[in-house]
Amino acid sequence: MSVAQMLPPAVTTKGPSLETIGMTKVFGSLVALNDVSIKVPAGSFHALLGENGAGKSTLVKCIMGFYIPDKGALKLDGQEVAVHNPRDAQALGIGMVYQHFTLVPSLTAAENLVASRADAPAVINWRKERRELETFLDRMPFRVPLDRPVSSLAAGEKQKLEILKLLYLNQRFLILDEPTSVLTPGEADEILGLLRDMAHRGEITVAMISHKFREVEAFCDDVSVLRRGAKVGGGKVGVLTTREMAAMMIGDAVIRQSAARVDPPRIGASLEIAGLFVENDEGRDAVAGFDLKIKSGEIVGIAGVSGNGQSELVEALSGQRPIKMGQVLINDQDFEPKRDHFYRFKVFGLPEEPLKNATVPTMSVAENMAFRSFDKPPIASMKWWLSPEPMRAQARDLIARYNVKTPTPDTPIRDLSGGNVQRAVLARELSVDVDVLIVANPCFGLDFVSVADIRAQIMDQRNRGAAVLLVSEDLDEILELSDRIAVISEGKVAYLTPAAGADRTTIGRYMAGH
Amino acid sequence: MNDGLATVLIAMLGGAIRVSTPFMFVALGECLTEKSGRVNLGLEGTLVLGAMVAYAASYHTGSPWAGVFAAGVAGSALGAMHGSICKLPKVNDVAVGIAMMLFGTGVAFFFGKPYIQPTAPRLPSLPLGGWSDSSSLKSALDVNPLFFVGIVIAIVMAWALRNTRWGLVVRTVGDSAAAARAMGISVDLVRFLTTTVGGFLAGVGGAFLSLSYPGSWNQGLSSGQGLMAVALVIFARWNPMRCVIAALLFGGAGAIGPALQSVGITQGYYFFNAAPYILTLVIMIATSSAKRSARDMPGELSMAR
Repeated sequence: MSVAQMLPPAVTTKGPSLETIGMTKVFGSLVALNDVSIKVPAGSFHALLGENGAGKSTLVKCIMGFYIPDKGALKLDGQEVAVHNPRDAQALGIGMVYQHFTLVPSLTAAENLVASRADAPAVINWRKERRELETFLDRMPFRVPLDRPVSSLAAGEKQKLEILKLLYLNQRFLILDEPTSVLTPGEADEILGLLRDMAHRGEITVAMISHKFREVEAFCDDVSVLRRGAKVGGGKVGVLTTREMAAMMIGDAVIRQSAARVDPPRIGASLEIAGLFVENDEGRDAVAGFDLKIKSGEIVGIAGVSGNGQSELVEALSGQRPIKMGQVLINDQDFEPKRDHFYRFKVFGLPEEPLKNATVPTMSVAENMAFRSFDKPPIASMKWWLSPEPMRAQARDLIARYNVKTPTPDTPIRDLSGGNVQRAVLARELSVDVDVLIVANPCFGLDFVSVADIRAQIMDQRNRGAAVLLVSEDLDEILELSDRIAVISEGKVAYLTPAAGADRTTIGRYMAGH
Repeated sequence: MNDGLATVLIAMLGGAIRVSTPFMFVALGECLTEKSGRVNLGLEGTLVLGAMVAYAASYHTGSPWAGVFAAGVAGSALGAMHGSICKLPKVNDVAVGIAMMLFGTGVAFFFGKPYIQPTAPRLPSLPLGGWSDSSSLKSALDVNPLFFVGIVIAIVMAWALRNTRWGLVVRTVGDSAAAARAMGISVDLVRFLTTTVGGFLAGVGGAFLSLSYPGSWNQGLSSGQGLMAVALVIFARWNPMRCVIAALLFGGAGAIGPALQSVGITQGYYFFNAAPYILTLVIMIATSSAKRSARDMPGELSMAR
């Protein structure tokens, strides 16, 4: 029995065309979406480009029925449709893959698929369901293991399962919200390629929100660019150049030039990691025999598929996770990730998800900026008596120097935008003398201006002689910033190469574990 | 001496069966509630109220089974109250649970005063020891039907969590509320229902206390069984079948003290009475690694976040 037979006859198995007409959404005084009209022809792969806050999410949320637009209409296959809530969108065959997974971690892939069905039977006959799932998967371009809990699947498999879920529910207009941010370049290319082929066969229509020009150019047919809630351009991919698209996205904002790589003074400290073992939450060795030496004035980029020990490595080095075995040496001296050692060896860090890993969200910007210095003069006298005024003065200075946009130094830091939280942390970590810098995914989810700014700051530190360990899931970022590249696979360095002349495919092959 | 050992073991078996039943019901109720991502610490209060209502209903109607049912209804009412209060924004389920615990016991004591004296009809038990000559074995195997009902409920619950749509919905809500909402499931409604059903089971557990063993109503009836059952759920790692095993183990340990006393060993009586508590501590420390229980823990529980 095929999936088509299981489904109500009214639902087509062809990708529909979709059109928004004059879509407008106002939140209070903020016009999040201003008269946006976008046309996605049937069987095409459309890219939605724009900076953070440009209105891409608002637009797709209006399409999906999470928001009711104040003005404007939605046409599916040329007919105007009303979508009042996500259920309506689902019934019309419009499905969305979110940036964060919407799978249930403790359920298996099969359970996730069946549970997502609105018409799941009250008592589930697993033998029958399994058979139907197998026939469904046979018709799909990719498959996932059905019987393992989703929590044990790799990010790429989860992403595939998310897409499979939409197809399983017979949703033929797919909206993808930055679907590749958790994937390796290889996985991303595979999934996007398969989706494009399905679209060109007319089976689905895809609209993808993306930041990555490379993917847009390789896989998409058309592009629409949003800026400040309005559609500012668009056209055929291939006719538009990257430069033109970038210009539309950024408008007149000034982007900081990336700092040039200069020969650093070889006076700083070196970082050496020897035979490091770190356990993950499940008690397995996520970092297993990791060896790396970073010289002063050098950025070593750690590339790898997420889940190969990168987070555990960074957490261990920043003192968030115990080191099971192995040594960390700075200038040939034993380094233990404790507060006094951080201070003595001048070790600083920009962990991933800074709001979670580097700040106390409910404390003020000023307090968060004082984490390194609150127990030292001038903020603390006699080591325990804190004075708020020097703390605020320091914060005001850092806010001005690092261009952090916050209403006041006393605003809770969680009220700041992602880019500004990252800048506040950057200000705290980089405003003093840095010998060793540990950076993880510093630009995740940030806009162009912030990205350029943050990368330039990291390069500045290198040029001043700091040893920089850069862990990133963005291979382009690693290629741009690093002096040497180390590929991490199953917790150890699988491949080490100078960045100059490094080859993407070779790196990709080692990332995949070959 | 061998006789003595046999007596102790038989008494422990009987104790395990008797003492474990309320644990089993409360733990199963709590297990269901926690599977949906909410903690109801108020089940101690539900247990006590269930015991009182069961005794009163049995006294007035003359039917102990009507008492059991009334206890379940009273428990559901408390569960529903917990569930609807927790729907309100910014309400913490643990704090509400503690309030509900005090509320439940308070209400039970208030209305239970007149029922301390009279005798209500008790639940009949099944004499399963008829084949044996030993009177101690006979009395040990005098099993209350609720014991088997509890085991059946555990089996059904374990099966339903895997094989029914409702089971998948409950686990989805318990593990990822965001995913549940994206599917159009009303998270609050599911949690309200699981808390209500959990309350029903805990109320029935209370009925066992007053209508079977110890079998009378007074204010010192429950010595924290409701709270211990919540701990049992963690120990059982949110698996209904393991809840039954944990309850039996706990019941057996609780019987050590009285069993030793019955063969004349009075030394360390209080120590042996504390056995279940010591045993729980020891087992908890020995078997539960924080990492392992974290993996089975529903992701939405407030203690998981």
